[in-house]
Amino acid sequence: MSMTPTPPTDQAVDLPTDLEPTASLAAEAGVGAGSEAQKAYRPVSRGRLVWRRLRRKPNFWIGAVILTLIVAFALFGDLLNIYELGEQDPYSFNAKPSGQHFFGTDAIGVDLYASMTEALRKSLLIGFLAAPLATVLAAFIGSLAGYLGGFVETATNWVINLLLVLPVFYVLMIISPLLSSMSWVILVVAIGLFGWMIMAQIVKNQTKSLKEREYVKAARYMGVGTLTILRRHIIPNVASLLIIDATLGVASAILAETSLSYFGLGIQAPDVSLGTLLQDGTSAAVSRPWLFLIPAGFLVTLLTAVALIGDGLRDAIDPTSEVNRA
Amino acid sequence: MTSYILRRFVNYAILTALATVFVYIAASSFFYPRRRYLGRNPPIPEDSIDSILTGYGVNDKDPVLLRTWWWIERIVTNPLPDKLGHDLSNNAVISEIFSRAGVSLRLLLMGAILAAILGVVLGVWGAVRQYKASDQIVSYTSFILISTPTFVGGVILQILATNFNNATGHQLIRFTGAYTPGITGFWPQLMDKGVHLLLPTIALALFGAAGYSRYQRAVMLDVLGSDFIRTARAKGATRTHALVKHGVRVALIPMSTYFAYNFGTLVSGSAFLEIIFSWAGMGQYGIMAVQQSDVNALAGTVCFTAILLLISSTLSEVLYAALDPRVRV
Repeated sequence: MSMTPTPPTDQAVDLPTDLEPTASLAAEAGVGAGSEAQKAYRPVSRGRLVWRRLRRKPNFWIGAVILTLIVAFALFGDLLNIYELGEQDPYSFNAKPSGQHFFGTDAIGVDLYASMTEALRKSLLIGFLAAPLATVLAAFIGSLAGYLGGFVETATNWVINLLLVLPVFYVLMIISPLLSSMSWVILVVAIGLFGWMIMAQIVKNQTKSLKEREYVKAARYMGVGTLTILRRHIIPNVASLLIIDATLGVASAILAETSLSYFGLGIQAPDVSLGTLLQDGTSAAVSRPWLFLIPAGFLVTLLTAVALIGDGLRDAIDPTSEVNRA
Repeated sequence: MTSYILRRFVNYAILTALATVFVYIAASSFFYPRRRYLGRNPPIPEDSIDSILTGYGVNDKDPVLLRTWWWIERIVTNPLPDKLGHDLSNNAVISEIFSRAGVSLRLLLMGAILAAILGVVLGVWGAVRQYKASDQIVSYTSFILISTPTFVGGVILQILATNFNNATGHQLIRFTGAYTPGITGFWPQLMDKGVHLLLPTIALALFGAAGYSRYQRAVMLDVLGSDFIRTARAKGATRTHALVKHGVRVALIPMSTYFAYNFGTLVSGSAFLEIIFSWAGMGQYGIMAVQQSDVNALAGTVCFTAILLLISSTLSEVLYAALDPRVRV
């Protein structure tokens, strides 16, 4: 963690980092030196600061462009295709990718391209709903437990440890009859509810360290409320960990879904997801590689894009990590 | 400190018991082992099915809580080999666990150690050389590897190995099971086992190291930005000395918690590797138990996994408190 306190709402502290980019922007726009100094001291929100750093990160742009393409493909890809989801082409079984079937067909002539767009929609939704849920839970519970200490911490420890000794994947597998009989939204909630513990533990440990710092003590003695201290001083200090967690969380949520579906326990037919496509493709991986490699390629590309965005965000939110001062 | 560790351990032991009982209740409520014996031709009389299921202690005609109570009772009163009952193939769960745990350990130990070492080294190296070409290459590679699920990576490795075998015309890389049956002699057997370990170890080391290196790099970058590194440099420490003695040491503290948990979850998390590479380990046992609605086997697996986690969580707590003086015990 950063040793330098950077309370995000305090503009005076943020100004030095902010001065240079504003000045250079002003200079680019051809503004004179006099007004440049005035402009530099205009209050800048933390969001704009982060965005200003973020847009200089190549990782973020690579990830964002790939992710946008995949989302666009998931939403509008089927417009290019003449085959409906699940429609069988009796004239081409096991067809290789071609102009007719962009991603080929499987053993009963189902068009993989049509399944692919639908599967991506489902997996994207699951990932982007479950991961933020888990991270928000982790941040809130972890920081609160670490900051308050005492009974709250003990109780939280018990809950966290109980959930941690529970093998999540087996629990998800056991309750999978429930998941498959109800909508996939239950799957999202289940993945979120079982995914916050380790991060909460880390946040809690960091918070225990952070709350001994002078600026947190100062805020407390000035009568600032607990939730405000957490929001202003604790959470921003663990933000880089949370961002990485949310990023890898999207990956692990989609991974949990694909893994469950891979064993036939997650998304059930007639619904399709990346997991069900991979399950169908595995047996054919050597003889008809497109049935495995195309869904696998989409999955890996999607997860990589999300990871790159998370990395860009991390550098933008935590500028101290940018400079190698050693 | 000793009393703290002891208290911790007792707490975790209670948790382990609670978690196992919880899983037993959940599995008993959701599983329907009777289905195994229904719809057979000739049909099995209901009385026989009942007596078989009651023998295993999984008859759905008994209330779930009563079955749970019996299960706990058996753990307390039975002699060791029978404590966890029998699975639906009528093997004692305990002896099954012991033989399979050894298989899992052999499969995973090497890969896990390699992954941890590789991950730390690559993470620290990447942080120190942030944004240079070498860091970029390691970063992008690990991004792609993290994003590759084990079952995708394992299958791709198998496709590659098959192509390699076809290209050379020999079965050089064998990847099904732990060993080839029928090979005799110490050295040929050792060789054969090594060959079978090759792909799983590569998979585990690569995919594990990718994840570790990202965390290690993040933690190390935070440490590199801190004042005490600058102080060390200012008082005349060389760059290497400052990085290794002051940087890496601190950066390893948060990692220790992470390592301890991940090593603990290895045995349950190896299900994919074991199934893809056909090893009869613990992960495969658990998956099989769920697929066959085998309550005793699953409860045994979960109990075993929970005990492993118990040990690793205690270790990680002790490690964290011992390493970071800022956390008071």
